[in-house]
Amino acid sequence: MTSHIPKAPAYWARDGILPGVIAIGPLLPGTLAFGMAFGALCAQKHFTLAEVEVMMATVYGGLSQFVAVQAWPERLTPSSIAALALLTTTVNIRFVLMTATMQPWFGNLPPWQAYSSMLLVTDGGWLAAMRYREHGGANAWFYVGGGLVLYALWVVAAIPGFLLAEQLADPKKYGVDLVMPAFFAAMLVPAWKGPRRALPWAVSGAVAVAIHALIPGWWFIIAGALSGAITAGLMDEPPPRHGAAS
Amino acid sequence: MSEFLRSDVMLAFAVMTAVTVASRLGGYWLMGYVTVTPRIRRMLDALPGSIIVAAALPVAVNGGPVVMVAIAAAMAVTIIRRNDFLAVITGMSVAALARALGIAG
Repeated sequence: MTSHIPKAPAYWARDGILPGVIAIGPLLPGTLAFGMAFGALCAQKHFTLAEVEVMMATVYGGLSQFVAVQAWPERLTPSSIAALALLTTTVNIRFVLMTATMQPWFGNLPPWQAYSSMLLVTDGGWLAAMRYREHGGANAWFYVGGGLVLYALWVVAAIPGFLLAEQLADPKKYGVDLVMPAFFAAMLVPAWKGPRRALPWAVSGAVAVAIHALIPGWWFIIAGALSGAITAGLMDEPPPRHGAAS
Repeated sequence: MSEFLRSDVMLAFAVMTAVTVASRLGGYWLMGYVTVTPRIRRMLDALPGSIIVAAALPVAVNGGPVVMVAIAAAMAVTIIRRNDFLAVITGMSVAALARALGIAG
């Protein structure tokens, strides 16, 4: 049932950069808009532009930054900083699952190259790289090239947003909240390989909706994704296999 | 407020960065100790789609009619044109237009 294109180990070739950037192209307007909206939000919350830039460049997790700034405490104390750390963790723990899927691809590279590449993981960049991998791609530059462009745009995008804070008070007015869901939906359509392959997705969706309704916070992403993966693991038992990997 | 970079804010950012970097490196690091059996391979293959659905479906379900219609429009564009860029623009435009017309959500 599960047939695979043989997947080569990672290598670096510059001709992967342009296709990688093109693959994340659909995300660029949305990333710009999201970054601008975030800059505007920070201006309203009385952060300085220098502080915003530090956060953009270091935390580099759009959704987690949004959630943290919206929940930013009046006074920073050890306990309120711990609460921010917990909040950030619940939003970003999904990166654990994402980089886990990158290991079979990047595992043959020197650790410093592989680990620094993992620092560029974002939802969209990772998803585009996974689709490339699904079609047998192995060029590490495809993922890193797209990742670097997304990073650079994200860091810059907050500046106009911060300066135009008045106009951008409500990002929903411009449909900015639809960027990731629309990109996700667009990625899901070509990934459709019949109802059997989609059963883990259905389990993931059902669990995520249930957890979202029952437990506050962002655990629904991790709970849903893990349920989907476990379902796939329990499905179609493989015939006993010896020797060569498939 | 007059300070350029407040030290308590920098400390909070440093802690947020630490947990995020740990998340980004942790999965990759852990997988180094896992033998990729066919079962593990199936689980990893199912993860991208599962994460997509888990992240987007509750947002769609709770987002009200505007978000649902916008996501449906983005999927329809993808089915017809197979163009990610067009899909994202369609999703944003449908939502922005609906809200401009005063439809809540």
